[in-house]
Parts: sequence; structure tokens; C-alpha cells
Amino acid sequence: MRIVKQFAGLGSFCWGMFFLLCSNAGMAQTASLKSSIERGKTVYVQRCMVCHQQDGGGVPHLNPPLDGASAVKGKDKSKLISILLKGMSDRVEIDGEYYSNNMASHADLSDQQIADVLNYIRNNWSNKVPTPVTPAEVKSVRAKTK
Amino acid sequence: MLRFSVLLLAGCLLASNSQANDTLQNRKSAAIMPDADNAGLKLPTGFSALKVAENVGRARHLVVNSQGDVYVKLSGKVGDKGILVLRDLNKDGRTEEVTGFGNYGGTGIAIHNGYLYASSDEEVFRYKLNVNGAVETPYQPEKIITGLINRRQHESKSITLDKNGNIYVNIGAYSNSCQVKDRQPGSLGMNPCPILDSAGGIWQFKSDVLNQTYGNGVRFATGLRNVVGLDWNNQTNSLYVTQHGRDQLNSLFPQFYDTTTNANLPAETMYEMKQGDNAGWPYVYYDPFQNKKMLAPEYGGDGKTEGSAVYKNPAMAFPAHMAPNALLFYTGSMFPEKYKNGAFIAFHGSWNRSPLPQEGYYVAFVPFENGKPTGKWEIFANGFAGVDVITSTRAAQHRPCGLAQGPDGSLYVSDDNKGTIYRILYNGK
Repeated sequence: MRIVKQFAGLGSFCWGMFFLLCSNAGMAQTASLKSSIERGKTVYVQRCMVCHQQDGGGVPHLNPPLDGASAVKGKDKSKLISILLKGMSDRVEIDGEYYSNNMASHADLSDQQIADVLNYIRNNWSNKVPTPVTPAEVKSVRAKTK
Repeated sequence: MLRFSVLLLAGCLLASNSQANDTLQNRKSAAIMPDADNAGLKLPTGFSALKVAENVGRARHLVVNSQGDVYVKLSGKVGDKGILVLRDLNKDGRTEEVTGFGNYGGTGIAIHNGYLYASSDEEVFRYKLNVNGAVETPYQPEKIITGLINRRQHESKSITLDKNGNIYVNIGAYSNSCQVKDRQPGSLGMNPCPILDSAGGIWQFKSDVLNQTYGNGVRFATGLRNVVGLDWNNQTNSLYVTQHGRDQLNSLFPQFYDTTTNANLPAETMYEMKQGDNAGWPYVYYDPFQNKKMLAPEYGGDGKTEGSAVYKNPAMAFPAHMAPNALLFYTGSMFPEKYKNGAFIAFHGSWNRSPLPQEGYYVAFVPFENGKPTGKWEIFANGFAGVDVITSTRAAQHRPCGLAQGPDGSLYVSDDNKGTIYRILYNGK
């Protein structure tokens, strides 16, 4: 009985440690995404805001909105990374509209800066995408882009 | 077609709200009562306004025929109609009948010598008008001009005509500042700028010759980045244009410009362009504070170095980035004498001023005396945006885009955001 009790106690302790570790990992990831988003805002203000506007609303028929945009919120992070690396000058339909202005390449930004600014636009305004973009993913897309 | 029927219904509903008042004293527009709120506009004393129609589509330029029918060029078609005809059947000023034709989107539209002219982003067509000023054969237009460059950016082909059988077409530059890589931070300008061979200027063609293209036309004026507003001034017998100045000085060259200088530079400009004139894009931009043409940073400029003096000086400079989308010389007699032969300009409203508040979204007036602007412009009609401070362009509810003068001298304004057509009247003594 005592042994069993002790064992049970140990079990509770183990589970407790497990949850603690898990939540720490979760918190660590949240904290890391949060700081990435904060750094991303600086990049956004310098590089993106003039065209895509403070509220991510874009400019009707000239520059597409990021707020609510399917490509920004979507699962295909590679496509989004690729747009930042290569820019956009093709006539393509975006969520049912066409836009006139060209977007420059931002390949001169670091992998970390690109990940940061994407995390910012994916988690600002009405956009909430908890899955972060990582510098490693940017690096991988960049390698294929060259 | 279904959408179009809905539109027609909307026009009818709109009309049912209107009030006719036959006792109104003004002889020039006897039965037309303005909207109680002047269509939401702020106007000078004695002026009033009404909404002729709402939700017609992305209404770019417009023109009014001798009977008061309004022809609106849409940038995106409604159904298969790129040109709408708004008719006021009961003469209350509002639209009761909406029809249309022209299976192409575009911006330019004009009436001249018995023809309606209209442009897509690559071509210009014309339609013969009958004695009632109506298009008789809407599905058999004559193609006047074809094959004009459209590379998405600055694609609108605005038009105006002179008294000598010529039509003038803006061909906007498909670039911000002729950089090797468009809108790329630090990318330098191509020298000479190859875009100017086929765009970045005003081309002159014959108004009655079919199937003309670049080889048949004349590059009448060059060095104009993008002109959406242009009008032939019959008093000076010359062409006036309004240019959209370049964007993004600070984001492309942060070593020379900050967000405030970018918000205020360069000026939007109005020019009187004679044949052979060069306004200097992409090599210079106009600084309205120094009253100088400055060397563009893509060509070695640093915000302090003046550009070449060979380029044309503007007839008038306006605050940066406000996007002058229409120019109209007023020749009517409804408005007070001050307005006669002066210029109205529809400012579409800015986007390139972030993070500072956006500007424009109004119709301005430039008084002219003896064929020259007096130097002081003023806001004529404001309130289109519906909000006082605009930090993001999408917050503006209505954006002025086109201007037209009615046969009674009233001024029509189109909005290409929500498709409202405004009409401004003068009822003062």
C-alpha cells in the first residue's frame, strides 16, 4: 500500500513535471512568436506600410490588402515567403480583384527579418495565425529561389 | 444581365426618393431640388448638390450630352456594359433609366463634334451621335486608336480633343520612377529612360481616322509620369494636364528622405503642354516648397540638388500624392463669374503619405485670369470621403474621379469607389 501510494505520488509528480514542461514549451513558443511579431512591425513600417497601409487595408485596385487576405492567412507559407523574396509584377487575381502596382523584391532582408514581418502580418488586424514562420523556412525557400 | 437589371431597379428606387418642386425659382434648373444634405458634400455658399445615381459601378470619367443624358465610363464592366447611360426621364435631376453598351472597361470618355469617344486601357473608340445627342449604333463603334501600351501600372487612357480634328491620349508610364527594378529600394534610374518612347506622355492622333497606332500618332508631350486629368482649354487653345507625381521617396531612398518629406514631396502638378514640351519625369520632380525642379534620387539627386532647367515648369502645384484624376475648364454660365474659364480638378485622394493622414478626396478650383492661373487654388467640394481623417485609403467612402459640365452649367462628379454620380448646382443670387 505504502509503495503503491508512493508510486502514485511519484506518478502525479511526473505528470506535473510533464505539464509544466509542456506549458513552458508553449509559453516559450508564444513568447518567441510575440517577439518576432514585435520585430516584424519595425520591418513593416519601413518596407510595407506605405503601400499596404497602417491597417493592412492596401489601396483599392493598386496595392492588395493584407488584412483578411487568403494568401497571408493561408497554410502555404512558402508562397508567401517567395512573394517577399521575388516581389510581384504579374497580373494576378487576388481574392477576386486585380491590382496595378508592382511590388519590389525584399530579398535583401535577412531570413529572420522576413520571418518576423510575415509573423507580424499574419497576426495583426483581423489576421490570427498561430503557426509561426521560421527563419529556417525562409532559408529553405530562399535556397530554392536562387 | 441580371446584375444590370438590379442596377436599373436601384436607379428606379433612387428616383422614387426624389422630390420635384416646380415652384423653385431658379430658371436654370427649374424642377431640380438638391438633396437635403447636399449629397453629403461641403460646398461654397450658394451651391448645392444631389446624387444623380448611386452604386453604378467603378465610375471613372463621365460626360453629359446636350439632352442631359450622362455617359459614364466604368473601369470594370457591369455585366457586359463598360459605358452606362443615365437618363433623367421626369427631369427631377435623378436617374430613372440606366442602359449601357461598350464591352470594355476603361477611363476616358468625351463628346466632340457629334461623336462620343471612349477608351479602354489599350484602344479608343467613337460612336456617332444622332440629333438628340444619343448613340444610335452602340454595338458598331469605330476603332480610332489601337495597340497602346498597358502594363498594369498607370494603365488609364484619358482623352481630350481640340478644335482642329485631333485627339490627345495619355499613355502613363508603367513605372514609378523608371528604376532598373521598379519600386526597389536603392535601384537607380535607367538613363535614358526607355519607357518614354511609348509611354510617359501625351500622344496626338486624328480624331476621325480609323485604326491608328503609335506610327500614326505624334508624341505631343513627354516627361509626364501619369496624367489622368487632361482638358483642352478653348480660351488659350492649348492642352492642360494634371500629373500624378512619383511615389515612395523615403522608402526607396531613406538616406535622403524621411516619412514627412515623402508625405509632402513631390507636388502634384498642372502643366500647359505645347507640342514638344517635356515635364521631366523621371529625371526631376517638383518641390513646391522651394519652387524648384529637383534631381530625382534615381538619377543622382539627394533632395538638395536641383535638376535641369530645360524641363517645363508647372502652371500650378498642389500638395503631394493627392492624385488629380480629372481636369475640367468651366465654360458654363450657371456658376458665378469667378468660375468662368477656371479649372476644376477632381483629387482622387492619396495613399502615399503613410503614416501621416491621407489627403485629397475633394474637388478643387483653380481661378484663371486672362488664360493664366492666378496662383491660388481652393477646395471647392469636400466631404466625399465621409470621414474627417483618413489614415488608410480604404476608409474613404467616395473618391472623386471624373468631372463633367451639364448643358445647364451644373457640374457632375463621379466616384469610382462606390459609384455615386454627384451633380453640383448654383442657386445663389
